[in-house]
Amino acid sequence: MTDAWFAGADPDDPESGATRVRTGRASAPADWPAEAVDAGFAADETDYYAKLRSATLAAASEAVAERERADDVQLAHAVRAMDDAERTANELAERVVEWAGTLYETVPRGLDGVRDIAARDPKTAAEERVVSYATRAVDLLDERDDLRAFIEERAPTTAPNLAEMAGPVLAARLIALAGGLESLAKKPSGTVQVLGAEDALFAHLKGRATSPKHGVIFTHEYVRGTRPQDRGSAARALAGKLSIAARIDHYSGDYRPDLHAELADRMATIRARADEEADE
Amino acid sequence: MSDDSAASSNADLPEGVERRTFGGRERLSTRGAQVYGEPVDADGWRAWDAGRSKLGAMLELGMDTGLVGDESVLYLGAASGTTVSHVADFAGPTYAVEFAPRPVRDLVGVAEDRTNLFPLLKDARDPESYAHVVESGIDCLVMDVATRGQATVAVRNRQFLADDGRLLMAVKARSEDVTAEPDDVFDDVVAELGSAYEILDTARLDRFHADHLGIVARPK
Repeated sequence: MTDAWFAGADPDDPESGATRVRTGRASAPADWPAEAVDAGFAADETDYYAKLRSATLAAASEAVAERERADDVQLAHAVRAMDDAERTANELAERVVEWAGTLYETVPRGLDGVRDIAARDPKTAAEERVVSYATRAVDLLDERDDLRAFIEERAPTTAPNLAEMAGPVLAARLIALAGGLESLAKKPSGTVQVLGAEDALFAHLKGRATSPKHGVIFTHEYVRGTRPQDRGSAARALAGKLSIAARIDHYSGDYRPDLHAELADRMATIRARADEEADE
Repeated sequence: MSDDSAASSNADLPEGVERRTFGGRERLSTRGAQVYGEPVDADGWRAWDAGRSKLGAMLELGMDTGLVGDESVLYLGAASGTTVSHVADFAGPTYAVEFAPRPVRDLVGVAEDRTNLFPLLKDARDPESYAHVVESGIDCLVMDVATRGQATVAVRNRQFLADDGRLLMAVKARSEDVTAEPDDVFDDVVAELGSAYEILDTARLDRFHADHLGIVARPK
């Protein structure tokens, strides 16, 4: 049996060929046009190429529509779910550790404690309940890890430049906060800089506070790892490149190494200020 | 050809590619449906902007690509179809592989206006994902993938090429390593290609594309 895309496809239905184009594989190419004519799939070479054209056009359009429609939405949901799972797991963990402390002599603190309790063999009815409860928390932690792995796998194809620059999870967070890759791409970089700091921003706009220097991008090493008096500059530089990255990802989709090198240069300049002052 | 004024200067070009005058300047051109707002003359020839196309730059610089016209082509890194539209204008069956969904949306539009262009949303690093579609014995493998490991991709896709086929490749130094000297990057790429290809010609494309090397090679 051949691996050809037309194997098992209906010659008169481009859709069936399109599915095979999208999902099929072969270990090596072959003289497919000749094979198709021999197999009676096509009348001659011209007919074969016409059928190939319909199938590849349909396959590419469908695949593009699917990937574009879905991917940023999936990322946004996944990162919100990951945060929910983590927050809830922590809440359960608190209860588990406190409860287990009344039943067992030594209980490690925090999430390690929860894993430790879940692995124990219960001897009383109360122990059974606390171990079972700990197991739910551990399941939730595993779910959080799976969600993170999903985000790390998906973000680089959905938004290659944004994922490279921000890291997959922060990229997904920015997309979620903006309400999609397209709306992130349309936001000015000043907005990207304070995404996730809406409370502080509105306090500032009402005249009650200074303007926030950064929102969720604070989690990025470029911001957090810069000394406090230069963080505003770092956040502004990062936000500027992040919004360019989002625009490239949305409107073009190809990976641009230059963009990342430019940001690295800029960050080196900002951080060099600290060294210069130390020298003076 | 409808007028023969440019015949001599077209001798080195494949059939279907001509130097014609656009806005008072001699430029490469092919004949087909307009794609990206390029100038089109009265006979339907559209200018091929070497500044936007690595293959166009290779032809413009007079590299011996071995192209004669009407060959079968596998084009890796087709992006939104700017260059591959010109290729399909003069070549035979043209398979266009691109990894990113967004450009493929435009590529599909380009393919809809042509009968011999087959768009594939596939990853060039994984040839098995399209070996069931792309035929063997391809005359010309064009590569313009801006990813790390460009030589590896060329070696993996060697299997599609006919023994007397040609690899036409544009290497982007910055895709391999933004910090390294382009010359060092090019040396490494050429060395790795040597495992599967015999290098026939190389030329820097800097006049049109900074830090790019054009390579013509044939399978070993």
